[in-house]
Amino acid sequence: MDRRKERIDRGVKARSVDIFALTSYREMIYLLIPGAVPVVGLLCFTPLLSDYWREVIISTAIYALLAMSWDMLMSAGLLSLGQSLFFGIGSYLAGSLNYYAGLPPILTLPIATLLGGVICTVFLLPVLRLRGVYFAMVTLVLPLMLSRLVEATRILGGTEGLTGLTSFPNQLTALFIIELALLGVLFGFRRIMGSDYGLVIKGISDNDRSVMSAGLNIYWYKTQVLFLGSSVGCFAGAFGTHMDMFAGMPGFALDYSIMPVAAAVVGGTGTFAGPLIGAFILVPLSEMLRALGALRIVFYGLFLVIFVVGLPEGIFAYIQRKYQQIERWVDVS
Amino acid sequence: MTDRVPLLRVKDLTKTFGGVTAVSNMAFDLQEGKLLGVIGPNGSGKTTLVNLITGFVKPTAGRIEFKGKEITGWPPYKVVSEGISRTFQMVRPFYQLPAYKNLIVPLYSPRVKKLAGGKYGNRDAVALDLLEEVGFERDAYVSYKKAGALPQGYLKRLELAKSMALRPDLIILDELFSGLSLAEVSSIVPIIEKLKTQGKTIIMIEHRLKELFRIADRVMVLNYGRKIAEGQATQVMESPAVKEAYLGSEAE
Amino acid sequence: MLLGTLIYGFVNSAILALLAMGFNLTFGISGVANFAYGAVYIFSGFSVWIFLNTFGIPYLLAVLIAIVLSGLLGLAIYYGVILRIKGMPLSEVMATFGLGLAIMELFRYFDFVGFRYTLPVFFDGSFNIGDVYIDYQRMMIGLIAVALTICLYLFTNHTRTGLAFRAIAQDERTALTFGIDADLVGALSMALGCALAAIAAVVILPLGTIAVEGGYEVLINALAVCIVGGLGSTVGILVASVLIGFSQTFTANYLEPHWMMLVSLIAIAIVLVVKPSGLFSHQKELEERI
Repeated sequence: MDRRKERIDRGVKARSVDIFALTSYREMIYLLIPGAVPVVGLLCFTPLLSDYWREVIISTAIYALLAMSWDMLMSAGLLSLGQSLFFGIGSYLAGSLNYYAGLPPILTLPIATLLGGVICTVFLLPVLRLRGVYFAMVTLVLPLMLSRLVEATRILGGTEGLTGLTSFPNQLTALFIIELALLGVLFGFRRIMGSDYGLVIKGISDNDRSVMSAGLNIYWYKTQVLFLGSSVGCFAGAFGTHMDMFAGMPGFALDYSIMPVAAAVVGGTGTFAGPLIGAFILVPLSEMLRALGALRIVFYGLFLVIFVVGLPEGIFAYIQRKYQQIERWVDVS
Repeated sequence: MTDRVPLLRVKDLTKTFGGVTAVSNMAFDLQEGKLLGVIGPNGSGKTTLVNLITGFVKPTAGRIEFKGKEITGWPPYKVVSEGISRTFQMVRPFYQLPAYKNLIVPLYSPRVKKLAGGKYGNRDAVALDLLEEVGFERDAYVSYKKAGALPQGYLKRLELAKSMALRPDLIILDELFSGLSLAEVSSIVPIIEKLKTQGKTIIMIEHRLKELFRIADRVMVLNYGRKIAEGQATQVMESPAVKEAYLGSEAE
Repeated sequence: MLLGTLIYGFVNSAILALLAMGFNLTFGISGVANFAYGAVYIFSGFSVWIFLNTFGIPYLLAVLIAIVLSGLLGLAIYYGVILRIKGMPLSEVMATFGLGLAIMELFRYFDFVGFRYTLPVFFDGSFNIGDVYIDYQRMMIGLIAVALTICLYLFTNHTRTGLAFRAIAQDERTALTFGIDADLVGALSMALGCALAAIAAVVILPLGTIAVEGGYEVLINALAVCIVGGLGSTVGILVASVLIGFSQTFTANYLEPHWMMLVSLIAIAIVLVVKPSGLFSHQKELEERI
């Protein structure tokens, strides 16, 4: 007697489709829990942690933003191996505005985000016409070169960077700002990609010829996605600048490029919640492994390889599957 | 012969790829509401001609005019917005999506919005209606199946629906009948005839000559990138040049 | 001054060309992503060092073993990682990149850092051309670069294996119908590319120290040359190396040394605006990829 594995939706999932979810509290709770977990967890629990762990959460949130930015770009088929490009540009923009023009964070953050998004988009515009791998190559190379450029020409503070910048009034404020940003980006991006617009974007990644022949200018859409992704990355950089009260070459560090990719791959690309989960796993983990120094990046690298090859769908997709469906062995007669 | 501007006019169209001339000095007019069949041996430049008209490939020389406007060298999205849509020989839907979701992308295009008076409306509903028009049985819920699970006959119809979704004035069908059984072809022909009665202009590239000749108003034969004959189907098949192209010449 | 600039410009170009060649062979010509390239470069350098200093193996033998070892590493990467994710180019890039990262940082973790990690030059001494001193090692780099470029060009255009390399990048299915074992050819390409990285490493590293940062440098430079010259084109790599190499040397000698980094950046910027896929690339823009 042969058996096969059957996978079907859970009862509660099938019942909570569309408006029927309103028929009972159980269905509504089932739908709301996944969304509530990050909101409650972040906004309610994290302020209760010690100063040290709040610091860790903030750092994690920054990486999570970079990871979600990466995921947005990836949805359109743009593999970014240089998230640090956005981080660094956002960082320098906010830092310069603060250092040279004396603007407070409440102004530098939005300006750096939007202006940074524009600058990065313009930088990368020519590469949009080419295959995805070119985008990967250029994004890998650019931040490393810009870093050396700063070192060589000693502009914007050179190797020392811009120091003594304004910081946030207190840690709690910083925590809330970054967490609100995180939740905003998470739910916002998921909403966007779940709509018909998101379908178009994913279509571009899947079969761009088909989208072209449907009367859509794929380069315009890629540009929009690039702007969205890079703005979020620049925000992370700008925020980080005010957290550390410093803007400099380390903003273009490889760490900011690799961690988001590893987090996204571990958590599950294309889902935005996956990169968030991935970041919340990897960053605290690496914090605890801090004593190992360079081994940290070795881990990121290995995680990247193992997950790309072994569990390409990522942790979030796995959890989602378990949450929504049951698997069981069924006799095949 | 004609006192109105032809819907599509192609003049001296040429395309060379490196050393190969795929299309050479192609010229023809197409009146509104007519169905033009384009036939010819493989490699005669039929698909390249389509790519040139729809903007996927830029011509080396020549002009293309649509509704009196010059569209030579326009990118595909602009050509589509003007009112030309096409199907692809190699059908590649979004396999992971249900069939009707495949139509969301064309329904998202600016042209559809413009024609609907500035609003999109419910794309899902429009998609389902379109699929019903091309023969996806509504009560069998075929439209909800993943595109990857559909047989070729349905995929071809999905491709046709995608091009119809754009409400084009000119539809170019690139070997729509290829890979289909006689029964499947007979079920699609009425859909094309209905498009004709709706006033659409159609170009059909085909190898299935019998089915094509039944619905084509005029036929054009290509060989080695050149037009070697044009006219009524029966006339064209009598032409010696065409016979030689398809069957070869006498051995000496 | 001019003669010196020209000669050292030639050497600089040769170095860039050597670095880019292996990467181009695997990624550009065969379509197999190898973003662990920098790691292989460093790996072979450290291997020679270990053979030489820890095991006392004669220099030439150590070099040969290291080159073969790098080729084997390439095979291992191919069969262990790439084969499992073949067909998804972006995944290949990410996985090889992660692997390369792990390898390089592993060396750093095991403390392979410092000035004692150097390789001896092959030939000591220097000679004059006019009033310019040029050491034998640098000259050797130049000659090897030229020789390898010619060999690679002949290989990819006139040998069956070389043509097979190109075939699997263009259309794998068609290549398979011609009896080309795409997996084997891909593996060979990877191995050859890594071996080339090793050759580049053993001739270039004696000029300085073996440093993990060097691995990143190599990847950046190889990428920069490929971006400018066009992925897949041996001629393009050559032209780009010459362009960037000479510009860098001229900038260093006639302007200021720290503007050198600007050269690559400007070159990339210009290429992106004028012909994004590279000067000599065969890539058609998206629309023509029917």
